Parts: sequence; C-alpha cells; structure tokens
Amino acid sequence: MRHLLGIEGLRRSEIEALLDRAEAHLHGSPDASHVLRGKVVANLFFEDSTRTRTSFEMAAHALGAEVLNWTMAGSSVSKGETLLDTARNIEATGPVALIIRHRSSGAPHLVARHVRCAVVNAGDGTHEHPSQALLDAFTLRRRWGRFDGRTVLIIGDILHSRVARSNLHCLTALGAKVVLCGPPTLLPPGLESLGARVTSRLDDVLPEADAVMCLRVQSERQSESFFPSAREFSRLFGLNAARAERLKPEALVMHPGPMNRGVEIAPAVADGPHSVILEQVAHGVAVRRAVLEVVCR
Amino acid sequence: MNPTTVLLRRGRVIDPRHGVDGVRDVLVRDGVVAEVSEAPIQAPPDAQVVDAQGRWVLPGFIDLHVHLREPGEEGKETVLTGSRAAVAGGFTAVVAMPNTKPVNDSVLITEYVKAKAREAGLCRVYLAGAITKGLQGEEMAEMGALVAAGCVCITDDGRPVMNAGLMRRALQYATQFDLPVMVHEEDLTLSGKGVMHEGATSTRLGLIGIPPSAEVAMVARDLVLLEETRGRLHVAHVSCEGSVRLIREAKRRGLRVTAEATPHHFTLEDEAVGDYDTHARMNPPLRSRQDVLAVREALADGTIDAIATDHAPHGVLEKQVEFDKAWNGVVGLETALGLTLAAVREGALSLTRAVALLSDGPARAFGLPGGHLAVGAPADITVVEPDVEWTVDATRFFSRSRNTPFHGRRLTGRVAQTWVGGRLVFENGQTKESRS
Repeated sequence: MRHLLGIEGLRRSEIEALLDRAEAHLHGSPDASHVLRGKVVANLFFEDSTRTRTSFEMAAHALGAEVLNWTMAGSSVSKGETLLDTARNIEATGPVALIIRHRSSGAPHLVARHVRCAVVNAGDGTHEHPSQALLDAFTLRRRWGRFDGRTVLIIGDILHSRVARSNLHCLTALGAKVVLCGPPTLLPPGLESLGARVTSRLDDVLPEADAVMCLRVQSERQSESFFPSAREFSRLFGLNAARAERLKPEALVMHPGPMNRGVEIAPAVADGPHSVILEQVAHGVAVRRAVLEVVCR
Repeated sequence: MNPTTVLLRRGRVIDPRHGVDGVRDVLVRDGVVAEVSEAPIQAPPDAQVVDAQGRWVLPGFIDLHVHLREPGEEGKETVLTGSRAAVAGGFTAVVAMPNTKPVNDSVLITEYVKAKAREAGLCRVYLAGAITKGLQGEEMAEMGALVAAGCVCITDDGRPVMNAGLMRRALQYATQFDLPVMVHEEDLTLSGKGVMHEGATSTRLGLIGIPPSAEVAMVARDLVLLEETRGRLHVAHVSCEGSVRLIREAKRRGLRVTAEATPHHFTLEDEAVGDYDTHARMNPPLRSRQDVLAVREALADGTIDAIATDHAPHGVLEKQVEFDKAWNGVVGLETALGLTLAAVREGALSLTRAVALLSDGPARAFGLPGGHLAVGAPADITVVEPDVEWTVDATRFFSRSRNTPFHGRRLTGRVAQTWVGGRLVFENGQTKESRS
C-alpha cells in the first residue's frame, strides 16, 4: 500500500492486516521503535484538528520518526501558495510520508499524484477519514471478534461526514451491515448504491443496532437550513437516555469526537455503560502506527 | 494569396437546409457559393481545383458559445489563438461571450474584439453583449448600442439573471431588436456551493452536489417570462432531462425558444469526475446517464437546435488545484466534430442531423448568414475526412489552453480544410493566416 487515501477500494484482507498490526502495536510491539528511525513524517494540517494531529504525531514518534508539524496559521498558504507548491516544498525536505488534513475533498489525492513520498489522508473535506474508520473498526473487533451478522447504526449529518463514508466502506468490507440515519436533508442520494440502508426513523432502527455511532452536528448546518434547530435535531436524532434504554443490552455507543453533549448525545449516554468513546481515542495511536508502518514500508 | 474562384470536386455535399446529401461539385466565386451541381462542373481557367473525393463538403460550422478570453485573460486564449482553434475544428464562425475583463457591456469592448478578429482574419467572430452592466445582474446594459455595434445576442453567460423582474424587462426590451437573449440557467439558491452533479458520485466523493432543479427551475421561469413577453430565448448548454422536456413543450406551443447542448454534456456522465479530475468540472455539471440520453434524444428530435462547445480555456493555475477550488470549463473547439461523429456512430442521431446541429441550426437560431450551401450563400465550408482516426492530444491544440477531459481519446473524423468566405484558412493541420 503506497498511500492511504481512503477506505474505498481497500480489500477486506488489507483492512484486516492493518487491524492485526494495530493489535500488535496495542500490546507494545517490541521492534516498533526502529521502523522509522531517522525518518521524518510531515503533518500537513490545513484544517485544525488537535486530536488527529496529536494521535498521528504520537504514532510517528513511537515508530522512531521525527515529526515535522506544519499548520495553516502564518503559513505560505495564507500568502497564496497553492496546495501543490506547499506539498512539493515540504516533500523537498525529505519526509517519508505526508499526513494531510484538508477541508477540500480529494486534496490528498491531488497531492498523491504529484509527490513521490507516501500520502496519508487524515480527513479530506466531506469525503473520507480512513484512520478514524480503522480505529472504529478496531474498537468493534476487539469487542466482537467478527463483524458478520452485526449491524452498525450511524446517526446524524451523513451528507457532510467523512467519518460516515469511511466507516460505511470499512464496515461493509468487513461484513457488517450499516444503517445510516438522519434528517432527509442530510442524507445524500446514492447511499444505497454504496451498500447502506438509509432511514430517517431513528426509533424504528434503534433496537436492531449492535453499535450506534453518533456524528458531531455542526451548528453552521442549522444556519444553512439543513434542520430547523439544534433542539429539534436533538429531539428527533439525539441519543438520549430514553433511547439508550431501548438499545440491546450489549450494544456499543461510539462517537468520533469532539462531542456536542446534549445535542447528538446525552451526557449520561456518553459516559454510560454502553460507551466505548474513550477506547476509540486510545486505539487511535495503535491504528495510526500500523498505517504509518504499512505506507512507509 | 487565395484565388477567388475555387472548385471543390466530387465531394459528398451534405446541406441539411436544402435536403442535399450526395456527390456534388461546388463552385465558389468571390466569397460565395456560385454553383452546386450533380454533374461535373467545367473548371474555369482561373479556378483552384480541390479534389474532395471521399470527403464530406459541409456548411461551415457555427459555434454559438465560445470564450475567447480577450480582453483580460490573454494568457488563457486570445481572439487569434481562439480563431485558430475554431478553424482547426471546422468552425467558420463563433459567437464570443461577454464575460471578458472588462465585460463586453459596451461598444468599446465590442469594437475592440471585432478589430482583433479582423486582425486574426481566420473565422467570423460574432459578439454577444452583456444583458446587465458588468454582468452584475442589476442594471440593463445599453442593448441598442450593443446591437448597433454588431452584437448578435445578449447574455450574462456564466451567470444567471437571478432577478426575475429584470429578466422579464430584458426579454421585453430585446423584442424591439428581435434579439435572442441567451441564458445560463442556474438558480443560485439551488446550486449553492455545489461543484458537480448531485448523485451517487458526488455522495461517494464527498463533493457538494448541484441538483438538476437548479437548471430546470430557471428554464421554467424563463419560459414563463418568454410566453408573456413574446421575445426570443436561447437556452445555453442544456444539461438535463427536465430542461429538455420543458423546451420541447414550449416549442410545441410555438414559443420562440432555441437551445444548444455541448459535446461534453452529450458524451460524458458525472462519473467522469473519477478521482477528482478537475478537467471534468464544468457548469452546468456533467449529469447522469438518464440526462445524457435525454439530451441526445433532444439533439435528434430538434428540441435542441445547435451543438455549441462552451469553449472555456483555463490554465494550469485554475485546474491543478483542489476540486472545489478549480474553475469551471473545458476547451471544446478542436474536439467537437469528433465527439459529435462518435454520437452519430453510436446511433444517437443521423449524420444529416449532426451536420444541421453544427451549421444550419445555429445559423437559424441567431439569424446568422451561412449554415447552408445554396447558391449565393457565403462560401463558409468545412471539408471533413470522415474515416481518419486520431487521438486527442491536448498538448497540440491550437487553443492556448489544454483543459480537456478528452486527452488521449480516440476519435474518428477530422477536419481537412476550412474555408471562410471562399478563402482557405485551415488545411492539413495548419492554419493559413494572411499577414498583410
């Protein structure tokens, strides 16, 4: 695997191999600190994301790499430099991988076509966030072992969610069923052709779920009239305590963070017995180590 | 130096306006067609004789929709380089859009472009003036002055006239000049920040979609206004089934509406965006298979009058960027014939109909001379080698820009010669410029 631009197109065996490596890293793979010793990994974050950036940074360090952190503020981009020029200039300093977070869908693909080093997509616009999907799948696999017969319900702003897209590709590749649920204005066309079941009736599908993934609702979507108010969104699509009561007893509750407590998820649910939200965060580093190891090989 | 008398011998003449399709000799004298004959014509002593056997002799193509980028963005295209691309593509006349910098909303810019076109001396360059000053959609430009300076239509192309009241008055006001009003149909509140067709592909790629309703709703609005004003409406680059249906119905009711479609809209589907290929970014966007089929049907049945390229040159700076930051547009003059003939071979429309869409249809839509080969018509003629296969190589375009999604595509049928007013302006891959 030369780049990790998305989950779409990956084979089940490739995903499983990444998860297997993550498992090894989670237990502290003894040889890991040599893998990228003396190498440089560049973090190119054109959009703020402290947790993803830090997670990749920790993963790179654990593999023995130096990390060059490059952020938007005060950069040459604000002086009008193009994405490609920025990427080529940073590549010229000799990193083995560029980790790119960008607000435009497809930005890492553009860069990957023009550089020689590995490119890892750390979230591109509303397209994909592959390492997030891998850590989600990793979290589920550690609980479940296998995905066959399992149903994962993803709730919220599917239209703008790169997490939803990557998870849809990842979970269906691994054999799970995926149900996407949100207001009709946030359910783009063609999701069925990607293998999902689509609904706006949360209460109907809730009891079927083996795992529920709540997505962050951005307040700007309210001003864009995708839904009338956060209050109404919460009433129709929020995972509140009453809804949590109707979940299967062993169902898992997930969230990619950062959470709007009280909007898409109630505080008691986020911290409750179903929640594996902090496990997801902890697994992020192990999964990203596996990703860097594979693309830099 | 071109002789004033030319005899095109034994070519297959296809002249849809007059129902001609057969081997003919065509005699050209003093810039006009002097004789078309089934029987061989005795070559006058001063005539240049061109052997057209095995070739098609067609009325020169007319493109109602090109962007020549001059004045203002000469790095992308100029009137000269655009004219070269036109004649290389078999076009003997083009209509240049007004979204130059500055905008063609005044006699000054119209005259400037006309002067550049005369200097280039290749194809006929007609001008489209702006509907509104600066294309701002707020105040009408001086339509009478633009018409007097030679503009053949008005349009805010690239932008819709969102103000329905203003659009109504523009249509009304234009009736005194019998001027077609060309419209870029897009309701901006529906297209929003969209960058491609809304469908499974935009969902998969995480790109914001533009629903067909963005176009169809405006077509509906403008047809309503047309009915009231009894003006002339020309719908630019029709991309979807809903628009086609409305235009077909309006024509049936006798409204004076004409329409055009581009080769990329009747050739490619939204999936052509592939891996964020910015060469497939255009406005209106490439649509679904169903829309492509509907546009093809409309080309065949006469709902659409003309094939127009919307030739929109852009440089690398506008295209080698993130998809949502890329500019819209594709160059089209040099690939239009090959793509049209591909649609003919696929059975979408007849050859005669294809020729009509490139010549007679556009001439009639805007009331331009040419578009046919009757005696007395301007000797604007495109000679085609129908069976030559070639590969699109954007690096060899006459256009100054290379933004095409068709680079590397195999096409059949190529322009051998282009004649404008009886003068040979393109032959065997070379433009013939008369430098005085």
